[in-house]
Amino acid sequence: MYAELAGSSIKYPNMKSKFVLILLFLSSIIYGQIEIKGTILEYDGTGKEKVLPDVNIIWLNSSVGTTSNELGEFSIPFNKDYKKLVISYVGYKSDTITVNRPNLGKIRLQPDIELEEVVVRKKLNPIQKSLFNVQNVVTVDSREMLKAACCNLSESFETNPAVDVNISDAVTGAKQIQMLGLNSPYLLFTQENMPSIRGASQIYGLSFIPGSWIESIQITKGAGSVLNGFESISGQINSELVKPLMDQKVFLNMYGNNYERYELNTRYNKVFSDKLATGIYLHANLRDGIIDRNEDNFLDTPLAKQINFMNRWQFLDSEKGWVSFLNTQFLLDEKQTGEKDFDPKTDKFTNNAWGSEVKTTRLDISAKLGYVFPELPFQSFGYQTAFSTHDQDSYYGYNTYNIEHTSYYSNAIFNSIIGSTQHKFKTGLSFNYDHFNERINNMDMDRVDNSVGAFFEYTYDNLEKLSFVAGLRIDNHNRLGSFITPRLHLRYSLWNKASLRLSLGRGKRAANIFAENQQLFASSRALNIINGNGKLYTLNPEIAWNSGIGFIQKLYLWNRSLDISFDYYRTVFTDQVIIDWESPQEIAFYNLDGKSISNSLQVDLNYEIIQNMDLRLTYKNYDVRLDYLSGTLQKPLQPEHRFFGNLSYETLEKYRKRHWRMDFTYHWQGEQRLPNTNTNPSMYQLSETARPYSIINAQLTRVLNERFEIYLGGENITNTTQKKPIIGSDDPFGPYFDSTILFAPVLGEIYYLGFRYKL
Amino acid sequence: MFTKLKLSKTILLTAILLMGLQLNAQEKGKDKNKKTTFEVKGNCGMCKSRIEKASIKVKGVKYVNWDIPSKQLTLIMDENKCTTLDVKKAIALVGHDTDSTKADSTTYNSLPPCCKFRDPNSVHMDHGTKH
Repeated sequence: MYAELAGSSIKYPNMKSKFVLILLFLSSIIYGQIEIKGTILEYDGTGKEKVLPDVNIIWLNSSVGTTSNELGEFSIPFNKDYKKLVISYVGYKSDTITVNRPNLGKIRLQPDIELEEVVVRKKLNPIQKSLFNVQNVVTVDSREMLKAACCNLSESFETNPAVDVNISDAVTGAKQIQMLGLNSPYLLFTQENMPSIRGASQIYGLSFIPGSWIESIQITKGAGSVLNGFESISGQINSELVKPLMDQKVFLNMYGNNYERYELNTRYNKVFSDKLATGIYLHANLRDGIIDRNEDNFLDTPLAKQINFMNRWQFLDSEKGWVSFLNTQFLLDEKQTGEKDFDPKTDKFTNNAWGSEVKTTRLDISAKLGYVFPELPFQSFGYQTAFSTHDQDSYYGYNTYNIEHTSYYSNAIFNSIIGSTQHKFKTGLSFNYDHFNERINNMDMDRVDNSVGAFFEYTYDNLEKLSFVAGLRIDNHNRLGSFITPRLHLRYSLWNKASLRLSLGRGKRAANIFAENQQLFASSRALNIINGNGKLYTLNPEIAWNSGIGFIQKLYLWNRSLDISFDYYRTVFTDQVIIDWESPQEIAFYNLDGKSISNSLQVDLNYEIIQNMDLRLTYKNYDVRLDYLSGTLQKPLQPEHRFFGNLSYETLEKYRKRHWRMDFTYHWQGEQRLPNTNTNPSMYQLSETARPYSIINAQLTRVLNERFEIYLGGENITNTTQKKPIIGSDDPFGPYFDSTILFAPVLGEIYYLGFRYKL
Repeated sequence: MFTKLKLSKTILLTAILLMGLQLNAQEKGKDKNKKTTFEVKGNCGMCKSRIEKASIKVKGVKYVNWDIPSKQLTLIMDENKCTTLDVKKAIALVGHDTDSTKADSTTYNSLPPCCKFRDPNSVHMDHGTKH
């Protein structure tokens, strides 16, 4: 019977299938159940026939189906409601067949072309703001650091609005970092969570960490954690260095710019096993050009050279739970600046020409040991220790300043839980020793600081909306006394993808007034320490309370991620060493008598405009008010308004990761109050305020393949400079010489070219 | 003086007694940090967070981790305070099945579509990440 029907369809090949269906339908009425039959074969292109058993055969849009037997044959009752059969089998392309005859014959399924692994992942932004972290942390990864001309840590914040970068003075060119309107001494710098860039290295230390050694940076605004000590007031900047076990084998980077600055960065890693590896890192830079574009007879940028070497060992045994690092870093840094004809051999300490040299040698040795209990993954133990010697010999004109700083640090931490991982705690002991050998002209200022402390930090997470970290430490310090440091951070999810954060904390520190304000030596200002009877240069320790509130909302706008955040921080000093630049002939240091409050507001908007094109906009407002002896004033050289914009674009990666990256950054700084210069002769007077200005940086990178990339960039391409960065540059040994009032860049447009090679 | 001595004696005795109890507890094979692993049905990151939340909230559970590909829940708990069955029950209450407990259909039906592990098709759904 089937054969007849099938025959009829062959007989009338152009007859519409509808008619056949009608026939089928008719025959189903006449003969009852009709079975549709067929055989499933694999189509492998060779013509060989291989039957496929267990293939799913199902009527389209139904749940009625069957499977093929071991001979690949199937039979399924005809149903007038359905017209098409779907034949599917894992690893083969599914086929849909119109049923116009009862015997479908041989049906060949084509194998699915092996799917390439498609990993769908969200591209992480190189700057990450977390919704879930209790603290207000911005994580910056190495991709972001590639955007700045970035040769060292001080230059790696130029595309990041959480931190403000200023140049400390017109002579040394050292970059100063500010957060919440406060200078870098109020920030805690850590390298892999061990305090660094403190004491003697406060001013130049940021240029001692080459950018290419850094894997990521975590910027925490506000009080910070008690684990790393009591010193942080405005925030913490932690840098994680590249790890030999994870890093590329070879890295080479060379850079040069139009001011004859050359840099070399290279790393070589040797992996001995999956547990042990070592890395040798070398950085060298040279700035050789005598540059005086503003024709004030002073170098616009110092002559400099640096050799920086590090050896790093990493041990990791995740089965047994041990992890360890051992670092040794050695640095030699030399700078010469001042008048362009200055020759140290003949002109040092003479009236021939004004000049300055700063020579630093530094050795850092640090070790880390961590143990995670293999059976109790929530429990761990860590020990960190660091030793450093820092020796700076320098003179600025007739002023000499030498400082040797030997430091020893040790911290032991135990992590565990109370009841469950909803309640975690960290506790431990720390020890710190600092020996300063400081000499200013003929004044000896030697001192020893030491402290021991104990800390406890509790973290609660209710796994829904609320989490908080509450920490407390007790320290005993030979100069700061015995005191407690409380810190609290709280996060609350208000609604979907929105978090509210609060923080509160106290910080206390010993101000190293000379090391932190070395630019004062590049002026004729007289040093004046007023009426102190404290233990630090006769001054008192600094104490401040920092509180903050922040909000972040992440959402999607036109299917692209958008995040909006704002934060507001207030730092209230109960004790502070006021650095008073308000009289042009002196710099005065004295204990705060009255109020010193810093308020900072930051509003951020990040949006992905089109795929791989990200826009970041930031507005910042600072209100930093101090009670000077002469009255309440805004902090000088501190713009009240700042605006920041960054646009970055990356083309899609082609064969061997070939693509382009481009980046454009815009900084705008509002009006700044300048220190008073009214008592100077009129030619050496400055206006009361400096006018707003903007700076534009841009960079273009061509990635040729996964190993090689070349980059070209420009900094300050609109050539915004301070016309007269040095007061009294025509008379550097006179009473009005002052290079400390710098409100705009000294260097004009900078163009650079570099490459990176990885293996 | 005498009472003081007496008091310290009592404390000592209590301490010994407590230690004995502790030892006793240990003898019975009750482990304070018992590690167990069992299967919990589920699909995605949302399931992970739901399963882990439910289990950690059981008193005595110290640590949990649910592995998405293998569906295995690893937990560390104090056997003096809870049993594996307590945890399994808590997991069932939020909608997930284990070898010995089954979520009731109302709770199960209220799960988001991608978490409906009883439907084989749900595995291939587009799983949102967290939340």
